[in-house]
Amino acid sequence: MTLSLSVECLNGCSGCEVALLDLMDELLDPAAGLRLVHLPLLMDHRHRDPLEPDTEPVPPLADIGLISGGLRTTEHLATARLMRKRCRIIIALGTCATHGGIPALANLWPKSELLDRCLAVDDSPDGGVRVEPDEDALPALLSRTYALDEALEVDYLLAGCPPHAEAVAEVVRAAAGGRATADAGRSVCDTCPTRRGTGRRPARLERGVGFPADQAELPLSELTCLLEQGRLCLGPVTSAGCARPVGTQSGPGVPGCIQARVGCRGCHGPLRPGGNQLLDLLNALASGGLDMDSLIDRPGVLRFSGAHNRLRTRSAAGDDREE
Amino acid sequence: MSRTIDIRPVTRIEGHAAIDIRLDDRGRVDRTRLHITSLRGFEKFLEGRQAEEAPRIVSRICGICPWMHHAASVKAVDGCFGVQPPEAGNRLRELMVTLAHINDKILHFFFLAAPDFMPGDGDGPAERSIIGLAKAFPELGRRVGRVRRTGRLMVERFVGRDIHPVAMIPGGFAKPMSPAERDLLLEGARKQLEFALWAMDWAEENIFPGMMDRMSPLGGLESGFLALVRPHDGALALYDGELRLMRPDGSFIQFAAEDYRDHLAEHVEPWSYARFPYARNWGSGLSLDPDQPGGVYRVNTLARINAADLIDTPLAQGWLDDFRARFGRPAQNEALFHRARLIELIHAAERAVEMLSDPAITGKDVSRPARPGAGRGVGCVEAPRGTLIHDYTTDDNGLITRAEIMVGTTHNLAPMNISVALAARRALDGRKPDAEALNLIETALRAYDP
Repeated sequence: MTLSLSVECLNGCSGCEVALLDLMDELLDPAAGLRLVHLPLLMDHRHRDPLEPDTEPVPPLADIGLISGGLRTTEHLATARLMRKRCRIIIALGTCATHGGIPALANLWPKSELLDRCLAVDDSPDGGVRVEPDEDALPALLSRTYALDEALEVDYLLAGCPPHAEAVAEVVRAAAGGRATADAGRSVCDTCPTRRGTGRRPARLERGVGFPADQAELPLSELTCLLEQGRLCLGPVTSAGCARPVGTQSGPGVPGCIQARVGCRGCHGPLRPGGNQLLDLLNALASGGLDMDSLIDRPGVLRFSGAHNRLRTRSAAGDDREE
Repeated sequence: MSRTIDIRPVTRIEGHAAIDIRLDDRGRVDRTRLHITSLRGFEKFLEGRQAEEAPRIVSRICGICPWMHHAASVKAVDGCFGVQPPEAGNRLRELMVTLAHINDKILHFFFLAAPDFMPGDGDGPAERSIIGLAKAFPELGRRVGRVRRTGRLMVERFVGRDIHPVAMIPGGFAKPMSPAERDLLLEGARKQLEFALWAMDWAEENIFPGMMDRMSPLGGLESGFLALVRPHDGALALYDGELRLMRPDGSFIQFAAEDYRDHLAEHVEPWSYARFPYARNWGSGLSLDPDQPGGVYRVNTLARINAADLIDTPLAQGWLDDFRARFGRPAQNEALFHRARLIELIHAAERAVEMLSDPAITGKDVSRPARPGAGRGVGCVEAPRGTLIHDYTTDDNGLITRAEIMVGTTHNLAPMNISVALAARRALDGRKPDAEALNLIETALRAYDP
C-alpha cells in the first residue's frame, strides 16, 4: 500500500523539511510505499492556480498531511484548514507546530509592538515612522503565535527541533496503521549518559551554556550532570527524542546538545502534551534547594513551548482582538 | 481587461514569499511585487534574553543555514562581553561555517534550482523536482544522496547537532576536535571535494548551456555588490573579513563590519514584512523602478565572486579565472549565481580539506571564559544567501536590550523585486500568460536562492 504525503511549512524555518530529506531514499524508492504529492520546498504545487484564481483551492488529496511551523498569520490559518480538508490524517511536525517553538517567544509582546520594532527604522531618510502593513498585500498577523492544535483537530503530535527522520517515518507508519505512538513519557535525562545522584546540591545557578571548559576532554559518561554542577539544563522537564537511536545513521544515542557539551534548552517540548516546562523546572529546582532568583530569564525557559497561552504579553496595552 | 496574477507560494525557495503581477488592460506588466509574507519578530523577542543564549535561539531563523546565524550571533555576543576566542576555537568555528556552506550549496543547486533546467520538456510540475531529476539522472541521485548523508554524519558525529547547532559558545567552541573525529571529518571532506568537482563537470554538460539560453533574456539588472573579503589580499572570505561594497562599474570601498550602518540603510514598504537594505551613500536613496534602479546592490554567490580579488584555494581559483575570462568583472547576469555557487562549493570543500589536514585543528585550547556584561557587538559572516549581520547591545546583566539582524537574503529584496519585474515583462508582455511563463519568472527569482 502506498501512502501519499503532503507537507506544508507555516511559521517555521524549514528545518523540519530539511530533516525530512533524510527520507529521500525512501521517497525515491517505489517499494518503500511512500509517495510525496505536495511539498512547496521541493515541488511546484500551489493551493490555487495563479491563472485561474477564482477556482477552488486544490492541493492534492493525501493520506497523511505533515504540517510544520506554528500559526502567525491569517494565511497560515487558511493553509492549515485547507490541509485538514485535503488530508485524511494530520500530523503536527516539529515543536513549532506542537508547542509554538522559538517563534512563540513573540507572544511576550502584542503584535503592535512587533510591528513597531520590525517595520520602523530610526536612522534612515525614511524617518523612523512605523509603516502600517497593507492588508490587501499581506496576510494579517494573528494576535499571537499558536500551536496547530489550538486551531484545528490534529491527529498526531511529533515534537522535535527538528524531529529525526526515523521518528517521522515511525509516526507516519503508526498513523497509516491507525495506531497510537508509544507515549514513552521519558525525559531527556533518561537518554543522558552523565553521572547523576552525586549528592551535590548547588545553592545557585551560574551563567553558562555548557560544561566547564576543563571537563571538555572527559568522556560523556564521566561528566557530572550539569544541574548538579549548578548550570542550567532543561533535561528533566523536556521530552526525550533528540537522541538518535544507537545504530541508526549517525547517533551514539545521546542527546545532541549533551554530545556537544552544552545543556539542554528544551527543544523537544514538555514531558506531557499539556506540560509547562517553566513550572516543572521551578518545582525541580526548588526541591533541590536552589535559589530561584538565580534563574534569571524565566520566560526564556518557555522558549520552545510558548503557545497554548504559556507565554503572555506583559504590555499594559493588552492583546489585539482576534479576527 | 486588467488582472492580477498571484503566485503564492513561490516554490523551491528556502523562505516564504509570494509574487503578484498586475497586468494592464492591454496585457502589459504594470507592476510586480515580491512579498515576504510572514514576520516572526526575532529582533524584538531577543530583548530581555541572556545574550549567551542568543546563538541557540537565532539558529531558528533558518533551518537550511542555521550555522550562519549561530556563528554571526556568537561573534556579536563575544563583542558584547569583550572576549576573543583562542585561535583553536576560531579555527573550529570557521571549519563549521565552511562545512555548512558545502551542505547548503548542494541542497540549493540540486534540490531547489536544477529542476528548472532539466533537458527535454519535462512533465511539468510533477517532474520538475529533485524526484524528477533523480529519475532522469539516477547516478546523480545516488551521488547526491551519498554526499548529503556524509555531510550530515560528519557534523553530528563531531558536535551532536547539525540542524540548529549548539557548539559555538561565547568565548570560543564547546569542545575540541579529537584525532578520531578529525580523521572521520577529513575523509568526509575529501568525498565532498570529489563530489564538488564532479558536480561542476556534470553541470557544465547538463545544466549550464540550457540555463544561459533560458535565463539570459530575462535579466538586465545592473547592480552593485556586497561581500566579505579578506583584508590583506581581497580573497573570498566566508567566515571573517571586511565588507567590500562595489558599485556597478566595479569601483568599491571597504570597511569594518561594525561600521555597516555608515554604508547601508533600510527602507520599509507596506507590502512586505521584511525591510529593504540599500546603499546609503550612492546619492539616490532606494529606487525599485526596473528602468532606473537606485541604491541597489546584491549579495550571495555572484556578489562574492565579483567582489573578491582572488580565491585562495587552487581548484576554485582556476574556475574563477575561467569565469572572469568568459563573463568579466563584475558580472551582472543573474543566471551566473548558479555557476558562482558551484565555484564556491569547490572552494569550501578545498578549504575544509585544507583545515582538517592541518594538525592545529585538534588544538585543545578552544574557549576563554566569557563574563556577561554591558557592551555592543557586531558579528558578520557570509551566509550562503548573503552577508549576514547580527548586532546586539547588552546591559550590565548581559541581557540583550537591542538586536538588529540583517539577514543575508534581505539585502537581495530590492534586486529580486527588480529582477522579477524584468522577467515578468519579458515573459508576459504581448503574450497570453501561461504556466511556462510563470515558471520562467520564478526561475529568475530562484537564482538568488531566497
